[in-house]
Amino acid sequence: MPKITYIEASGKEHVIDAPNGQTVMEAAVKHAVPGIDADCGGACACATCHVYVDPEWLGKTGDPSGMEQSMLDFANDVEDNSRLSCQIKISDALDGLVVRLPKSQH
Amino acid sequence: MSTDEINRVIIIGAGQAGGETAQRLRQAGFSGDITLIGEEPNAPYQRPPLSKAYLKGEYDMDRLLLRPASVYADENITLLTSLRAVWIDRANKKVRVEGGRELPYDALVLATGARPRKLPLVGADLDGVHLFRTAADADALRPRMVSGAKLVVVGAGYIGLEAAAVARQLGVDVTVIETAVRPLARVTSPEVAGFFLDEHTRQGVRFVLGGQPALIKGREHVTGVALSDGVEVPADIVVAGIGITPEITLAQQCGLTIENGIVTDRQCRTSDPAIYAIGDCAARPIVHFEHRVARLESVHNAVEGAKIVAATITGGKPHAEEAPWFWSDQYDLKLQIAGLFQGYDNVVLRGVMADRAFAAFYYKGPKLIAVDAVNRPAEYLGAKMLIQTGRSVAPSDLEDESRTMKEIVAAAR
Repeated sequence: MPKITYIEASGKEHVIDAPNGQTVMEAAVKHAVPGIDADCGGACACATCHVYVDPEWLGKTGDPSGMEQSMLDFANDVEDNSRLSCQIKISDALDGLVVRLPKSQH
Repeated sequence: MSTDEINRVIIIGAGQAGGETAQRLRQAGFSGDITLIGEEPNAPYQRPPLSKAYLKGEYDMDRLLLRPASVYADENITLLTSLRAVWIDRANKKVRVEGGRELPYDALVLATGARPRKLPLVGADLDGVHLFRTAADADALRPRMVSGAKLVVVGAGYIGLEAAAVARQLGVDVTVIETAVRPLARVTSPEVAGFFLDEHTRQGVRFVLGGQPALIKGREHVTGVALSDGVEVPADIVVAGIGITPEITLAQQCGLTIENGIVTDRQCRTSDPAIYAIGDCAARPIVHFEHRVARLESVHNAVEGAKIVAATITGGKPHAEEAPWFWSDQYDLKLQIAGLFQGYDNVVLRGVMADRAFAAFYYKGPKLIAVDAVNRPAEYLGAKMLIQTGRSVAPSDLEDESRTMKEIVAAAR
């Protein structure tokens, strides 16, 4: 199972075994990683699962869709490597992925 | 009541509101006993996908669960499933459950949800007539949604239209019967309702608007729905999507104040300060609705109630309320709603409906109060921020598509 590392704004790391087909958001929520709210459960309706993808991984996670980018435009502290984690699907190609969490989702 | 007196929290109702409360209490550092009691066999799960991806077979139960069932034990949360709470003894602060066990509490959270309304018609109990609320309801319906089957949906609200959309995508023949003269009459404007009516019609859904179902026909299994004008619509499956009734039996028995739901203050406290009520069963003053008391049926409301209760019980930072938000997925359309449109006197359109990407903004006087955005997430989020912060923009700004929503919001005051 691919491993995903989530780093909270405080620096605390969570390494999660995440099944293929789930999203980076779902794996975090199911393991109670603090810092990803994901109130809508992954329907791309709330923009509370914002993460920063480690720059080394940007090639593999791809670019946000138009809808996702529009949502990100209104998130706090958005950077070039910002993504909504509900829109990143886990696969073997993402084994070892590192994402950082913003200070707040609201 | 000071927070250090609360050592035992019981939550009745293990839906999204109840499940989130347990989780957020732990996240907020509450170390006392948490008991979560649910009537359904499952750990808390998300209901919205039931009428969308789950009904279509794209999601399984594991994916619906808020968190894996094992997490509750890990966090020392006692999850009691398939169990009904039958009585609340307020004087002695105890909950009695089926079988007679009594569980003591210091704080009690009612997250009892709602029940789908049954069709008030002869034949409503026939095989093939379905209600739609739980995973079990969706499981019963799913195998019958096969290509060529004839489905009649009674009620053109969001649940009914979502079920209709999934059914069409599975090749089911669909007729929607609605007593009002337009779909979505309770939840959106005639303009947006008209768009969804056209969209479903284009996808092959037949509508009977202003139709009065009089009788469900059939011997053991449903064969059709007869209308009051004598017309009969043939059916193998009937889905009732005529709304939900808040589950208030326990609250009523123990004498809490009820008015279209269990009435609470902004902290979600009922008329008994040791008892909170959240989610579909509860009505509280909504800050972004002129502090009017409203009972909202939504994920936002369920999660927000959980956040408020967790903060109140642990004495944490009060939760900053969001503008109410909702969504609906039908075909490839994502409808995102922020605010409450009731009482609007002007609707302003940004974009063109024919493009299947537009937003309808609702004003009450000069004030922006709500948005329905179809495939326009920036308009949804932008309007949500404006409503939350009490800012407005002129209708002419929104109609000007040469400016992005981000620019318009940034210039708002």
